[in-house]
Amino acid sequence: MTPLLELAEVDTFYGEIHILQKVSLQVQPGELVCLLGGNASGKSTTLKTCLGIVRPAAGRVLFDGEDVTDAPTSHRIARGMAIVPENRRVFAPMTVMENLELGAYLRDGDLKGDFERVFDLFPRLYERRDQLAGTLSGGEQQMLAMGRALMSRPRMLLMDEPSMGLAPVLVEQSFQIIADVHAQGVGILVVEQNANMALSIADRGYVLQTGRIVLSGPAAELAENEDLKRAYLGR
Amino acid sequence: MEFFLQQLVNGLTLGGVYALIALGYSMVYGILKLLNFAHGDVYMVGAFAGYGVLVAFGGPADPRIPVVTLIVLMFLAGMLASGILGVVIERFAYRPLRNAPRIAPLISAVGVSFFLQNAALLVLGARFRSYGTARMVDPATGLQWGPLRISIIRIVVILSAVALMVVLHLLVQRTKLGKAMRATAFDREAAAMMGIDVDRVIVATFLIGSVLAGAAGVMVGLVFSRVYHFMGFVAGLKGFTAAVIGGIGSIPGAMMGGLLIGLAEAFSAGYISSTFQNLIVFGLLIVFLLARPRGLFGVPEPVKV
Repeated sequence: MTPLLELAEVDTFYGEIHILQKVSLQVQPGELVCLLGGNASGKSTTLKTCLGIVRPAAGRVLFDGEDVTDAPTSHRIARGMAIVPENRRVFAPMTVMENLELGAYLRDGDLKGDFERVFDLFPRLYERRDQLAGTLSGGEQQMLAMGRALMSRPRMLLMDEPSMGLAPVLVEQSFQIIADVHAQGVGILVVEQNANMALSIADRGYVLQTGRIVLSGPAAELAENEDLKRAYLGR
Repeated sequence: MEFFLQQLVNGLTLGGVYALIALGYSMVYGILKLLNFAHGDVYMVGAFAGYGVLVAFGGPADPRIPVVTLIVLMFLAGMLASGILGVVIERFAYRPLRNAPRIAPLISAVGVSFFLQNAALLVLGARFRSYGTARMVDPATGLQWGPLRISIIRIVVILSAVALMVVLHLLVQRTKLGKAMRATAFDREAAAMMGIDVDRVIVATFLIGSVLAGAAGVMVGLVFSRVYHFMGFVAGLKGFTAAVIGGIGSIPGAMMGGLLIGLAEAFSAGYISSTFQNLIVFGLLIVFLLARPRGLFGVPEPVKV
């Protein structure tokens, strides 16, 4: 089976600093994969490389069999990628509706059904649809960032630290929604520091350490891995 | 009272012009955090393009086409010339410096400004040109309210400035491009993550800002009649002042700032002395920088969490 998303031996630099070193990973269609790792391990860079915000110095990025290494971000999004960025990055001075519209920026035609789908998932956003995004609470902003990404009808959703800065009850809610979206057949690559929570919903996982993949496997196996337990799982 | 109203009309005319210039400053700053010091010279080129059309069709006294058509063509030529120039400047003077430290494009902007002024001097000479509007449109036509008289040209200028600002407002608030511009101004990388082609949004911003400056150039030519290579310098500074007073990056701020500067200039020229008008305008800038540096509509720099 052709992987939906594949990084093949990707190297990236930030100025002189070597960030990702021969990183290879795959996400199959409809699969939920988590990418674990500590601070500055290169997790966000990996997602930005998938999306084309960061360009690799070597290696290839493939999306649904197509080599998109040199393709602009807009092309990748048009083909079916979307991201829920770190810290949500909602457009604070714009309304909730406008934020959602921007999520569908590359799509033409009627968005009515998509708005309904997002508002079904997040009724709170419907209540606040005419409010400025900057006035929402952290949890609501996370919903908005999710909804905004879903507006492009992605086949592949990239999520950067969806639990960051959220109260524990909201973290659980957030992961429940990720699981729901996954159940609809969307491939997901989720970057997390909250390894327990991520492994509990993921099919497979990768562990990144200072720019290298040091461990990978089915989520259930990783959850029992002794090294990983000591390093990240706090057990 | 009559004198007051006359100054008010002068102030509104000037204010419309400064607002149009300020909008270009503010929009470009909003998206690139760049003070485009070449903007005043883009406006100068617009004024000359309008003049060129005027001359090409036989001059003000004896134009070969109806005056209304001629004025419309002058506006279109000024807006087109400035618009193209703005896009070219962005492409060659700013885009290569997109990831350079912020001081680099600023210096590039000052360089482009000198280049345009001296290119105009070289090609067109140093003498003042006049649109000769009085020979084209009888200055006596217009509105007469008791002792107050507003010439038809001023009415045209004020109304077209308002119309352009209404169109701009609708464009920024309602259209997809406008939403992309606002998103890009707030967070360029997040905008790119939505699939917005940020480079194209930046080009569109330069195009729109420069088109407005070109219209302002033709307006000034029509009302004040003097067109020359250095006219963009002071006008650009005043547009910049208006943008800062309104809150740089804010579109309604640029409109209000322009109006305020225009009124301040007209009233100080009328009631104090035209010698002091610039002193008062730039004094206003200093007062704002001291008392309210973010301007009328500006938001304080957001603190990134």
